[in-house]
Amino acid sequence: MTTSEAPPRAGAASYLEDHGRFSGIFGWIFSTDHKRIGILYLVSTLFFFFVGMSLGFLMRLQMLSPHGELFKNADYYNALFTLHGVIMIFLFIIPAVPGSLGNFFMPIMIGAKDVAFPRLNLLSWWLYVTGAVIALASLFGSGLPDTGWTFYAPYSLRTHADIPMAVFGVFVLGFSSILTGINFITTMHRMRAPGMGWFKMPLFPWALYATSWVQVLATPVLGITMLLIFVERIFHVGIFNPAMGGDPLLYQHLFWMYSHPAVYIMILPAMGLISEMIPTFAHRTIFGYGAIVWSSMGIALLGSLVWAHHMFTSGLSDAAATVFSLLTFLVAVPSAIKVFNWTATLYKGSIALEPPMLYALSFIFLFSVGGLTGLILGALALNVMLHDTYFVVAHFHYVIFGGAAFAFFGALHYWLPKMFGRMYNRSAAYIGWALLFTGFNLLYFTMFVLGVMGMPRRYAFYLPRFQTPQVIATVGSWIMIAGILVVFTNLIVSVFKGEKAGDNPWGGVTLEWQIPSPPPTENFLEPPTIPEKAYDFEGAFAS
Amino acid sequence: MSDVAAEAGRAEHAHEEHRDYEGAKLGMWLFLLSECMLFGGLFVLYAMYRADHPRAFSAGGSHMDAILGVANTLVLLTGSFAVASSITALQRGRRKLAMGLVGTTILTGVAFMIVKAVEWSGHIRQGYFPHSHLLQGKPGEQLFFSLYYVMTGLHGLHVIAGIAVLTAALILMARGKVTQEHFVFLENAALYWHLVDIIWIFLLPLFYLAA
Ligand code: HEM
Ligand SMILES: [Cu+2]
Repeated sequence: MTTSEAPPRAGAASYLEDHGRFSGIFGWIFSTDHKRIGILYLVSTLFFFFVGMSLGFLMRLQMLSPHGELFKNADYYNALFTLHGVIMIFLFIIPAVPGSLGNFFMPIMIGAKDVAFPRLNLLSWWLYVTGAVIALASLFGSGLPDTGWTFYAPYSLRTHADIPMAVFGVFVLGFSSILTGINFITTMHRMRAPGMGWFKMPLFPWALYATSWVQVLATPVLGITMLLIFVERIFHVGIFNPAMGGDPLLYQHLFWMYSHPAVYIMILPAMGLISEMIPTFAHRTIFGYGAIVWSSMGIALLGSLVWAHHMFTSGLSDAAATVFSLLTFLVAVPSAIKVFNWTATLYKGSIALEPPMLYALSFIFLFSVGGLTGLILGALALNVMLHDTYFVVAHFHYVIFGGAAFAFFGALHYWLPKMFGRMYNRSAAYIGWALLFTGFNLLYFTMFVLGVMGMPRRYAFYLPRFQTPQVIATVGSWIMIAGILVVFTNLIVSVFKGEKAGDNPWGGVTLEWQIPSPPPTENFLEPPTIPEKAYDFEGAFAS
Repeated sequence: MSDVAAEAGRAEHAHEEHRDYEGAKLGMWLFLLSECMLFGGLFVLYAMYRADHPRAFSAGGSHMDAILGVANTLVLLTGSFAVASSITALQRGRRKLAMGLVGTTILTGVAFMIVKAVEWSGHIRQGYFPHSHLLQGKPGEQLFFSLYYVMTGLHGLHVIAGIAVLTAALILMARGKVTQEHFVFLENAALYWHLVDIIWIFLLPLFYLAA
C-alpha cells in the first residue's frame, strides 16, 4: 500500500503540506483537521510543560538550604508551587495525551477520516488557549496566587491573590475538556470504519473512550465548584464560608469528586499508550485484550467513588473513612490487572529495546511504585502520619510524571516517525532517557524518604536535619531536567532534520501503520483493511 | 492543485459530518448529561445544608411566592410544548408554523426571565440577600438564600443560553439551513430547552415549596 500507486485526488497531500483554506500560521490555528489540531495541542501542552518544569526547577533550588537558597519570603515559594501545580495539571497533563496523540491517532486507529465534530474540536483548542490566558492573567492581579492548585476554601476566599480570575480560567479549561470528551465518545460510536467492531478497536482508543466518559461526567463538578468560588469571591454568598454558616469541607468534597477521577483522566490515556507500545516491541499479541478493556471501564467507574481519601485527616467520620479506604484499595485491582497483562505480553515475546519500549518498561516500574505507595497512603493509620508530607508529593509525581508523562514521552518517540515521517537519533534518545530515569528516581525517591522523616509539603523553609536529602533531591532534579532537555532537543531537531522513517518502522499492526508517513489529509486513500483482531501479529507475519 | 484537492476534500468532509443525525443527537445527549452533573454539584450542596438546617430552610421557603413559582413553571412548560410541536410541524413541512412555535418558546423564555427579575428585586428590596441585615446571625436562612440566588441564577443563565440557541434555530430555519429533511439542529435546541425546563421543575419544590 504505497502512496505512489494512488492517483492524485482530494486530500491525498500530506496533512503537513495541505494547509486548507488559510495559509501560514492561520492554516494551523483555524484548521479543523484532527491531525493539525493534535499538533496544536502537542505544541501548546509541551510549551506549558516547559514552563512548569522551570518553576519546579526553581522550587528545588530554593530547597538547597534550610533558610531558602533563593528567597527569604515564603510568598514566592507559595506562588511557585501554585503555578507549577495549576500548569502541570490543567495545562499539561490533562489535555496533553487526549488533545495531542488522541486527536491525531484515535480517528486513524479506528479507520475514520476525522472526529465526529471537527469544528467543535477546534473550538476545544481555542477554549484551552483562552482558559490558559485567563488563568495566567491572574498573575498580574492583586497578588501572587498562593492557594496551591487545589484552591481550598476558606483560604481561597480570603487571600489577596486574584482567585476569581484563576478559577474562571480553570472553568474554561474544564469546558474545553468536556467538549473533547463528547467529541471522542461520539467519534468512537459513529465513525468506526466498516468492520471495525468495538472489540477490534485498539486499546488506545478504548482507553480514550473510558477517559472521555470521566471527562464528560466529572469535569462539570469541577466547573460548578470553581464557579462557586468565583461567585463567593464576587458576591460573598457564604456557601463555603464558615463565618456565614457555610462548610469548607463541602468544598473539599466537591473538589475531589472531580479531582480524583481527574487522575484517571491523566493516567488512563497513558495506559492506552503503553498497551500500544508493548505489543509492537514484544512482537506479540497483547495478553488479555478483554481484561484491559474492562479494567479501563472499571477504573473509570471505581475511580469516581474514592474521592474522600484525600480528606482522611479533615474530620471525616470513621465510618466514611473506612469505606473510602476500602474502595481505594479496590480501585488498585483493575490497575494491577493491566500491569499483569502487560508483563504477560512480554513473556516469550521477541523484545526490541527501542527507546519507546524503554519508556513503556519504565512506566510499568514507576507506575507500580506510584500505585503501591498510593495504597500506603490509602491505609487510614499511615495516612494520618504521611498526609501533606513529601511522601504525597513523591507518590503523585511517580504516578503522573513517572506514569502518565513517561508514557507520553515514550509515545512521542513511537509515533514521531508517523506524525512527521522522520526518525530521531537513537543514541540521543537512549542518553536522554537514561538521564531522565536516573534523575527522576533520585529526585522523587528521596522525597519519599523525606516524607517519612516528616518533611511537610508546600513549605519554603525546613529544619536543618533535612538538608542532606534535600540537596540529593535537588541534584536529582538537575540530572532529570538535563535528560528532558536532551530528549526534546533530539525530538525537535528530528522533526526538521531527522532521517526519513518509512511508513512502518516498528512493524506495527494497528491501522495508523497502513498509511503513509506523514498521513494524508484524508487519512485513508483506500478503505483500510481491518485486521481479524487487534494486534494480530501472527496474521501480519503470515501475509 | 493540492489546494483545489484539499478544498474538495474538505467540502466532501463537511457534507458527511452534517449528515450524521445519530451522531449529532448523541453529542447533544452527552452534553446534557454533563449539564446535569453541573447542577448535580449544587443539588448535593442543597441536600447537605438542608439536612443541617431543616427549620431555617422552611423559614426561608416561607419568603418565596409560590404563586409566581408555579406560574413560571407553567410558562416554561408552555414553551417546551411549543418547541416540541415545532419539530413535528417542521417535519410535516409547515415551516411558517414551526417558526411561529419556536418564536413562542422564545417569548416564554423572556417572560420567565422577567418574572424572575421581579422576584429577585422583590427579595432584595425586602432585605434578603447575602450579608444583608435581616440574615445576620441566621446561618441557615443565609445559606438558603445564597443557594436560591446561585441555583436560580445559574438556571437563569441557562434560560438565556436556551433563548440564544432557539434564536439561532429560528434564523437557520428562515435561511433554509434547518429544513424538513435536516432538522437536527432544531431537535437539539429543543432538547436543551427541555433540560432547562426539567431543572426548573426540580428547583420549584426545593425553594418555593420548602416552607
Ligand atoms: C519537571 C520537573 C518537575 C519538578 C522539578 C517538580 C517539582 C515539584 C516540587 C518541588 C513540588 C512542590 C513540593 C512542595 O513543596 O509541596 C511539586 C509539586 C507539584 N507537582 Fe511537580 N515537579 C515536576 C514535574 C511535574 C509534573 C510533570 C507534574 C504533573 C504532570 C507535576 C505536578 C505537581 C503538582 C500537582 C504539585 C502540587 C502543587 C501543590 O502543592 O499545589 N510536577 N513539584
Ligand atoms: Cu485520589
